Amino acid sequence: MGRKPEPGEICLKPLNAFMPQTAGPHRVRNGAYEEQDVTEPVVTENGEGGDATRRDFIHIAAGAAAVGAGAMMVWPLINSMNPAADTLALASIEFDMTKVQEGQQVVITWQGKPVFVRYRTPAEIESARADDRAGLPDSQTDAERVKDGHSQYLVVIASCTHLGCIPTFGTGDYGGWFCPCHGSHYDTSGRIRKGPAPTNLVVPEYDFVSDTRIKIG
Amino acid sequence: MSDHESTYVPKTGIEKWLDTRLPIVRFGADYMSLPTPRNLNYWYTFGAILTLCLVIQIATGVILAMHYVPSTEMAFASVERIMRDVNGGDIIRYTHANGASMFFIAVYLHMLRGLYYGSYKAPREMIWIVGCLIFFLLIATAFLGYVLPWGQMSYWGAEVITNLVGAIPVIGEPILIWLRGGPSIDNATLNRFFSLHYLLPFVIAGCVVLHLWALHTSGQNNPVGILIPKDRLKKDTVPFHPYYTVKDGFAIILFLMLFSVFVFFMPNALGHADNSIPANPLVTPAAIVPEWYLLPFYAILRAIPDKFGGVVAMFGSIGVLFILPWLDTSKVRSMRYRPTMRTFFIIFVIVGLILGWCGAQLPDAPVIGNFKTFILIDGDLNSYLWLTRFATLYYFAFFLVIMPLVGLRETPRPIPATISEPVLSGAAAMTAAAPAAAEKKG
Repeated sequence: MGRKPEPGEICLKPLNAFMPQTAGPHRVRNGAYEEQDVTEPVVTENGEGGDATRRDFIHIAAGAAAVGAGAMMVWPLINSMNPAADTLALASIEFDMTKVQEGQQVVITWQGKPVFVRYRTPAEIESARADDRAGLPDSQTDAERVKDGHSQYLVVIASCTHLGCIPTFGTGDYGGWFCPCHGSHYDTSGRIRKGPAPTNLVVPEYDFVSDTRIKIG
Repeated sequence: MSDHESTYVPKTGIEKWLDTRLPIVRFGADYMSLPTPRNLNYWYTFGAILTLCLVIQIATGVILAMHYVPSTEMAFASVERIMRDVNGGDIIRYTHANGASMFFIAVYLHMLRGLYYGSYKAPREMIWIVGCLIFFLLIATAFLGYVLPWGQMSYWGAEVITNLVGAIPVIGEPILIWLRGGPSIDNATLNRFFSLHYLLPFVIAGCVVLHLWALHTSGQNNPVGILIPKDRLKKDTVPFHPYYTVKDGFAIILFLMLFSVFVFFMPNALGHADNSIPANPLVTPAAIVPEWYLLPFYAILRAIPDKFGGVVAMFGSIGVLFILPWLDTSKVRSMRYRPTMRTFFIIFVIVGLILGWCGAQLPDAPVIGNFKTFILIDGDLNSYLWLTRFATLYYFAFFLVIMPLVGLRETPRPIPATISEPVLSGAAAMTAAAPAAAEKKG
């Protein structure tokens, strides 16, 4: 530890000159110690003054503070990419159900996404209910997917739960929708029956505000 | 090659002045005089071709950005305006659009060359890894760019690809909304895609610098695949200029001829007609297909019956490339001397093409004729679904099973000790060097 510097050796950190334990009668000229004046300066192997652990602590603390500050600066940038206030303001819409006739399907836009509003025929409701216990991949009864007393209306987000394509009605193996992109089949309750889609077509949050109007969102 | 000494001597006063302050002329001169293996064939010209591709894409892209309007209302119309009203705009856009395809033709051949001649093996792992990173960035940039014209394929391509993120359990949905900047693909999405499409090419350019830095540190591979011994450096290398500037230049001319055929005679041959229809969030096109260069990965995505599994497989098919240097157990670099591996390599190339073909087909369509065989689990055996699955299986097996095993079990052919040997003395005189010997040099 307490190594004597060679004559004329450059000490990179003459910092220890200010430390009480080394404040001996030595002179420093041009950053070089003059041998005869030095009384055992504390010079560690890395050329820095003693108390290496304290210095390490300062390094780590300063580094951690810099990383923390960096993260705090990056967060607003990342957060700015989340939906803006005006985008979120378009959160809910109302729709008049009398516009849909029996056996018809209307596509409306909610939050930029298409939504199917379907007035189901008795046969469709019948087949949906009959399949309630048919070993569904994403088990849900038909009653859970419609509103009480309005079981003829099925409201689902028109995005295939696989990768978001719009399924077409009447072409699938189960009388409901079929997604042309990757071949997912949905039944008349919009439940996934076959294909890569993991879940049933999503029923958005909605309520009947009157007998004939719904509010989505 | 890494210990290449500078031979540049500044002649004029200005050069001397500059050389002690910013030795940029020396840097260029040293680059030009780099000792390069004398046996590089035309497969090694794609590096220069790719550099040119990047320059063309950035140059045409910067100009297009001057005329393009990144908003859902104006994007499609502004692209049409570029095509009809901007002076020479149609040629600039066709160059940019076909340039992406040309870029991928070159990058695939460049990667297959690296695979064949073992350019990813020690000490060149970092060249390969940075190269894989560039490839991934290239895919991202191409996808973002394809969204900008805001046609039907742009919109629905963006819908499908961003939905891949949503497949991640738990955190997928919030990330998806963050990525799109709203509940659906909209103006916010288009704007950020434009911003990133402009940014990423410069990130790629930065990675190209790292790619070349790594290349010049570990030295270029060559078709024989051996490291050039120090005492053979003079005999087995030639300066980069004029030997390879001219060779690359000639290859570039041929490449530009192919490029021109597409730009001037069949500019829409590689595009999709549906992208001439403005984006409509309420109508999905009958079939969504990505650009041809992403079809193999799209096929892998569809091959897996599980949503998240498909996404993992698709990214895994690119991710596996990054660890390739550690999957290959053979000490012999060039497949010229690995007949068994070469056969598997040729099958791999064919399988890659099959995957590309499958990516453009409907999964349920029959492959041969128009008949049904029998249902295997969830699809007819005679369908693209199962062809894709078999091809996907081979794709992963090639890297994860065949590469490690063949390297351990095969008997490579004798490897020449120098580059000149196979040329000067014929195959008969080759020293039957142990495969490991090549590794000790350099």
